[in-house]
Amino acid sequence: MTVTAEDLRGQVERFLAAHDPKTTDRLEFLRARFDAGLAWVLFPEGLGGQGAPRALQPGVDAAFAAAGAPDNDPRRIGIGLGMAAPTILAFGTPEQRQRYLRPLWTGEEVWCQLFSEPGAGSDLAALATRAVRDGDDWVVTGQKVWTSGAHNAQWAILVTRTDPDVPKHQGMTYFLCDMTAPGVEVRPLRQITGEAEFNEVFLTGVRIPDSQRLGAVGEGWKVAQTTLMNERVAIGGNAVPREGGLIGLVAKTWRDRPELRTPELRDRLVQHWVESEALRLAGSRLRQQLAVGAPGPEGSAMKVAFSELNQKLTGLEIELLGEEGLRYDDWTERRPEKVDFLGREAGYRYLRAKGNSIEGGTSEVLRNIIAERVLGLPSEPRVDKDVAWKDLPR
Amino acid sequence: MSELARELPTPDLLYSEVEEDLRSSVRDLLTDRVTPAALLARAETAEPYDLKLWKTLAADLGTAGLMVPEELGGHGATTREAAVVLEELGRSVAPVPFLGSAVLATTALLGADSADPVIAELLPRLAGGELTGALAVPLSTAPGAEFPATVTVNADGTLSGRVGTVADASVAELLVVPATGPDGPGLYAVEATAATVTELVSLDLTRRVADVVLENAPARRFTSGEQAVAALDNALTTAAGLLASEQTGLTEWALTTTVTYLKGRYQFGRPVGGFQSLKHRLANLYTDLVNARATARYAADALAGGFDVPIAVAVAQARVAPIAVHAVEEAIQLHGGIGMTWEHPAHLYLKRAKSDELAFGTPGRHRSRLAGLVDLPA
Ligand SMILES: Cc1cc2nc3c(=O)[nH]c(=O)nc-3n(C[C@H](O)[C@H](O)[C@H](O)COP(=O)(O)OP(=O)(O)OC[C@H]3O[C@@H](n4cnc5c(N)ncnc54)[C@H](O)[C@@H]3O)c2cc1C
Repeated sequence: MTVTAEDLRGQVERFLAAHDPKTTDRLEFLRARFDAGLAWVLFPEGLGGQGAPRALQPGVDAAFAAAGAPDNDPRRIGIGLGMAAPTILAFGTPEQRQRYLRPLWTGEEVWCQLFSEPGAGSDLAALATRAVRDGDDWVVTGQKVWTSGAHNAQWAILVTRTDPDVPKHQGMTYFLCDMTAPGVEVRPLRQITGEAEFNEVFLTGVRIPDSQRLGAVGEGWKVAQTTLMNERVAIGGNAVPREGGLIGLVAKTWRDRPELRTPELRDRLVQHWVESEALRLAGSRLRQQLAVGAPGPEGSAMKVAFSELNQKLTGLEIELLGEEGLRYDDWTERRPEKVDFLGREAGYRYLRAKGNSIEGGTSEVLRNIIAERVLGLPSEPRVDKDVAWKDLPR
Repeated sequence: MSELARELPTPDLLYSEVEEDLRSSVRDLLTDRVTPAALLARAETAEPYDLKLWKTLAADLGTAGLMVPEELGGHGATTREAAVVLEELGRSVAPVPFLGSAVLATTALLGADSADPVIAELLPRLAGGELTGALAVPLSTAPGAEFPATVTVNADGTLSGRVGTVADASVAELLVVPATGPDGPGLYAVEATAATVTELVSLDLTRRVADVVLENAPARRFTSGEQAVAALDNALTTAAGLLASEQTGLTEWALTTTVTYLKGRYQFGRPVGGFQSLKHRLANLYTDLVNARATARYAADALAGGFDVPIAVAVAQARVAPIAVHAVEEAIQLHGGIGMTWEHPAHLYLKRAKSDELAFGTPGRHRSRLAGLVDLPA
């Protein structure tokens, strides 16, 4: 029997009656919400959900928010929620699901994503980090780069090469890596905004028990695909109210500061307002579609559009500010706890938005995906398909 | 053909041999002295400007006095040569106050009577690179803006007021200050030591903006009335027109750097520059660069020859400013993750290009000015 919106409304009411958000300890509240199956309602029973349609999630979140319930801070734990969780759900053993999903959802354990390497970004399947079997463990050595939030993470999703002698897509294996394990070294990597939001991560003889392998040996690419599909939806597909996100910030400046207005800027602002609204609706539509299936390549389209709109809006915001746009808030190298596209001031937002079209798959690669997988256009001639990884030109 | 167009002289849009020589000496100097690592190291110190380099550039290479007549201690060249210097400065985002001193302050003084004792004393020193100046207006001030009213002349002839986001002011010894008194507008020379100059946190790490506060600051007026208004407007117009050359330099850097990178960066077993979608993007950037260069050269030549100036400058800023921003944005995007890092110099160019887009009026502002100039009413 499928769960309905009404069932959930009743459950949330009863939950709130039993756990007064004002008096209940934050963590206790979140754990109880998970245990009641009201965390991510589409997940199976016992894992924070109850197999409800995905489309019912926003209603549940809104009801909790309206009651002043503590939130589990998705900006801080976004990689865990958006990427690690659906992958663990899809490929994890029952033990792995039991072990990782609850602290992930409550934010007790923060996750990062150890995918990209200096030589393997768009071409993730070219990665060189080696994992070699040693008894019940794997021994991992290599370097990752641009790892967002690694400095705050207890766990990582990690893709490695376990067989260099087969074509690149076949020789990869996926792991859950303890970031506190010996041999894991996280070094800040400063970015354009002045902050060190991402990192370089050096893995030197890190021992990972085989029980932390996700999916079969050699099937890492398949597992990673699930992560990547979800990543695109997570970055571009958030549920936002009208004027949520960047458009709201710029519109507010417009309303508050009549002296900045010109007809030309107004035309552009209204144009972006329309684009924001259309994108918001496309996001809602995508989520409704997802309720009946897994994320498909539509997520790529959302992410491309979201990145471009963010970049146009933040660029406009600086032009709108004129003299103030020549200033910046603070160049100090900080290590922020959250990834925040909307944070700080206009200059920061403009610079940070440049990353939107690179992180989680570049717009170019996503367009290739749309062209080939959605539109069915012939793919580029591949020189790397049937060549053993170790023999690839680089 | 419109009335206006028929009367236009044929512009010279190429570079002369002298200009190419000037370019190569400036480029040699900058290649030697401005490395990305040095720029980054300097950016967060108390000395973001390279004043030793500035001395060499301004005095030894004589770039500070390019637009100043020989009898006033300059080189008697024109905006065309200054434009070439700015192209090179754009290509290297060199942290020197050329725009503030050799362009803004200097052209403001050039708009006054050369016989005025203040001009006779100060202009040769600016032209010789002995003195560094800044023009006390917000960098975002557009040509055609009203004469600023933020600084007033007191009864005793001193100045009081505040001007925000003044380019290059933190290293200037001489401030050229537009101020309004009982006898109307005037341009004043103020020793920087008589003002409180506070460097702000600037979006552009290699060209800083500062707040200038004057409290009964001693000042010498060197021009007033209509002439002062015209001198200020001429300084802003010249700067706006010449900035297009700096923006062309930024565009050229963005294109050549990205082409080099994409030829050597392998993904999917081949250089990513070989993917047709990227080739077309780079071809588009090249097309933009061709437009930028011609437009910027036209502005420089029009300013030198004194014809079609308002239109040439409005076109230059309306067209070239967005090209430069777009080119550097593309450079960052096409460098992938590396382009988002602090270590890679691309961000210094982005910060310059975006600030340049605001400088002397945004492209939108220049488009609406142009609409009036070419009779395309709303
Ligand atoms: C802010 C930020 C946060 C990030 N966080 C993480 C993280 O937490 N974890 C993680 O693993 N990674 C992270 N990344 C890395 C990101 O996933 C990679 O940067 C991205 O996949 C691009 O790889 P690359 O940088 O190697 O660029 P390259 O692959 O070298 O690409 C260079 C340029 O070529 C283009 N290109 C490449 N191939 C093609 C093609 N076939 N057709 C057309 N164009 C092509 C690209 O789009 C790009 O413009 C982050 C990156 C950023 C900027």
